Amino acid sequence: MSTFPRPGFLAIELDGAGRDGADLTRAVLAAESAGFHVATFSDAPAPGRTNALQRAAFAGPVTRTIALVPEVDTVYTEPFHVSTQLASLDYVSLGRAGWIVAAAESPEAAAAVGRSSVTGAALGQEAAASIEVSRRLWDSWEDDAVIRDVPTGRYIDVDKLHYADFETPAGFAGAGYSVKGPSIIPRPLQGQLPVLVPASLLGEVSAEAVDAVLVSAPSAELLAAEVRDVRARVGAGVATIAELDVVLDARGQAAGSRVATFDGGRAAFAGSAAGLADFLASLLAEADGVRLHPASLFIDLEELSRLVLPELRRRGLLRPVVQDGTFRDVLGLERPASRYASATAAPYGAGK
Amino acid sequence: MTQHNRAKSDVFVPSGQIQFGVFFQGVNSGTIWKAPESGSQTDFESFRRIAQTAERGLFAAFFLGEGLRLREHLGRPHALDVVGRPDAQTMLAALASVTENIGLVATQNTTYNDPADLAHRLASLDLISGGRAAWNIVTTDNAWTGANFRRGGYLDHADRYKHAEAFVETAKRIWDSWETPDGPARRVLHEGQHYTVDVTPLLPRSAQYRPVLFQAGDSPEGRNFAARQADVIFSAHPKFDAAVEFRKDLVERSIGAGRGANAVQIMPASEFILAATAEEALEKKDWVRNLQIGPQQAVAYLEQFWGRELSVYDPDGPLPEIDPVVEETSETRGSGFHGAKARQLADQWRAEAKDKGLSIRRFVTSKTARIDSTFTGSYTAVADQLAEYARVGAVDGFNISPWLIPTGLDDIVNHLVPELQERGVYPTEYRGSTLREHLGLETPERTAAEAAEAVRA
Ligand SMILES: Cc1cc2nc3c(=O)[nH]c(=O)nc-3n(C[C@H](O)[C@H](O)[C@H](O)COP(=O)(O)O)c2cc1C
Repeated sequence: MSTFPRPGFLAIELDGAGRDGADLTRAVLAAESAGFHVATFSDAPAPGRTNALQRAAFAGPVTRTIALVPEVDTVYTEPFHVSTQLASLDYVSLGRAGWIVAAAESPEAAAAVGRSSVTGAALGQEAAASIEVSRRLWDSWEDDAVIRDVPTGRYIDVDKLHYADFETPAGFAGAGYSVKGPSIIPRPLQGQLPVLVPASLLGEVSAEAVDAVLVSAPSAELLAAEVRDVRARVGAGVATIAELDVVLDARGQAAGSRVATFDGGRAAFAGSAAGLADFLASLLAEADGVRLHPASLFIDLEELSRLVLPELRRRGLLRPVVQDGTFRDVLGLERPASRYASATAAPYGAGK
Repeated sequence: MTQHNRAKSDVFVPSGQIQFGVFFQGVNSGTIWKAPESGSQTDFESFRRIAQTAERGLFAAFFLGEGLRLREHLGRPHALDVVGRPDAQTMLAALASVTENIGLVATQNTTYNDPADLAHRLASLDLISGGRAAWNIVTTDNAWTGANFRRGGYLDHADRYKHAEAFVETAKRIWDSWETPDGPARRVLHEGQHYTVDVTPLLPRSAQYRPVLFQAGDSPEGRNFAARQADVIFSAHPKFDAAVEFRKDLVERSIGAGRGANAVQIMPASEFILAATAEEALEKKDWVRNLQIGPQQAVAYLEQFWGRELSVYDPDGPLPEIDPVVEETSETRGSGFHGAKARQLADQWRAEAKDKGLSIRRFVTSKTARIDSTFTGSYTAVADQLAEYARVGAVDGFNISPWLIPTGLDDIVNHLVPELQERGVYPTEYRGSTLREHLGLETPERTAAEAAEAVRA
């Protein structure tokens, strides 16, 4: 890392909003006007929780700057559907879509689709396969495949469409499968959507396959060190995003009185807005971004919006938010060429 | 409110009303892309514009089709037609935030989805949209589409409606699983030939109880399936006599299924070419057809039956003298022409074209399916025509495929809708906020068996 790190970005998990459209609009607009760069949408099964990708899609047309990043399962959902749904999200958000790869051990999800439960390293293999299928399908239409050539009557240039021809690799733990392609939708606006994975999946999922890693630590004290560790493993080409639970003093109530709402497992910050600003400043010296999980969406978002983000902006620690920018812009990523774009295209896996 | 709560009876009662839906086609030769005013087929703006125009015209529903593999022609993706569509439910979730009333219908296949997953997604769309979601159930199956999926093409043609029926039954039980808006849910189990489901559903009922069910499929099995399970059938029979005949058939099947004569509404696919006068409308029709079926499209249409390249043939000349190289047509995969007897058809068509003195291009123009589903004429004449459909109850509505994106509904909404309203056969406001309300469908009720199951679980 350079001595003068690039300003960071902030993501907010919007769960707690979302069964109902009006509620969801209110939440995502509040997050956007607060200056968050990214909104994420949890898809972990919970009563009343609607599909994350649909919540993100709903938010697309009512927002202009914030990236919309749903969690989407890779173990029990069809990779072809996952790929085309995410590409569609990129269209409805005008290039602000991303993907948090989920691969959780879930006997319930397995039973729901009549499959045996996937565990251990096999989870990572399923995720890696699904990512590869998506990336190939996103590239399977070259950027200029739609030609609308009136003289020849051709709507598309067939030479610019490609079969993905994916096969699960040898040694794949689950039932092997193949996906033919091409996609049913033209290449996403960003070319490739940014792919985010939790650090726990690294290994089976290679750093080359992802754009950002979500880093968790058991305590706030350990978080920066954990980010350093992950960065050392993945290299500077992959963004690191620190995961932080947040509960703030708000509405005359001390944070401590609300802290019990956390489900545990993630580092948590409880305290004043000023204290959080200082903590985030130190964290952003190590991580490219931080994802905040507020204890209570609207209560904490209000404080974040009023006090924390303005302070971080004042200190020059946040990237500017760009109207009509893409999620790749937020992450500082170029728009890649399709891996199939020419005979001398970049080798397999490099097209991200 | 004639259409509301028609008692379950063995006598069909026409509602006297016509509803409109719009079918935004993503893969087809009917949508004109060659005119300067043709917009993008994939940009969100096109979808927003069509959906909002439809809503201004009080359309009941906005439809998206589905195709899970690109159509191919002579072994390669089909180059000539509009192709490349967004995922239906993702697009509809986005449209839900920029519309308030219009129903959002997602075509989704029972063969390439898992019931619990699809039911959850549809329930999700239904909740996010405030009770406006519907599922257009399709059963298209073949190993060729299956090559994009883990399970492959695992269904025989004959099994697909059996499978679809178990699928839909399971979905209905999933949607019915919450006792109250706050739960708890009862567990849904299904053990079948093709899949096993064991799920405790996560989502409550929506403002319209559950997604409205449309069905698209025309075989006797398809119609029986609709009669047993669907709220609306998306049919392929818009011409008056065929529509009346189809109604009769469906009424019989619905009575046979124990659901009463009025249980299933009918909305055929259709196209409208309208103008102030009949002459202008006919001129417009020529213009539309010329852009839909260009010289290359005409030859390609024959190629899918001949199974070989015919590009050396003059589109303005006679049909090819050489014979098809295939026994059965399937060369444009995914277009629904499977299985016709190619050689026989070629002979028949050559004779017909010769008889009528038609070139390849004019012959194909006369043959393409959409022609059957077209209403051409002045606004007033077509309004009169539709009023007659409403009077006898030939259909409940039409599913309009605009031939121009994104402005293709403008003349319908600006001119035809007011004419229909004047005749008292078209809504003058949305009846409620849910699709079920717009269509005047009854709220589903739990059967005694379902209630008993709820207690057991
Ligand atoms: C009006 C209409 C629209 C249809 N739209 C679709 C579609 O969007 N996607 C699809 O896979 N199949 C679609 N189908 C095909 C049906 O799902 C079904 O596979 C086909 O009609 C054959 O079934 P059948 O033998 O019962 O007619 C449509 C059918 C009809 C009649």
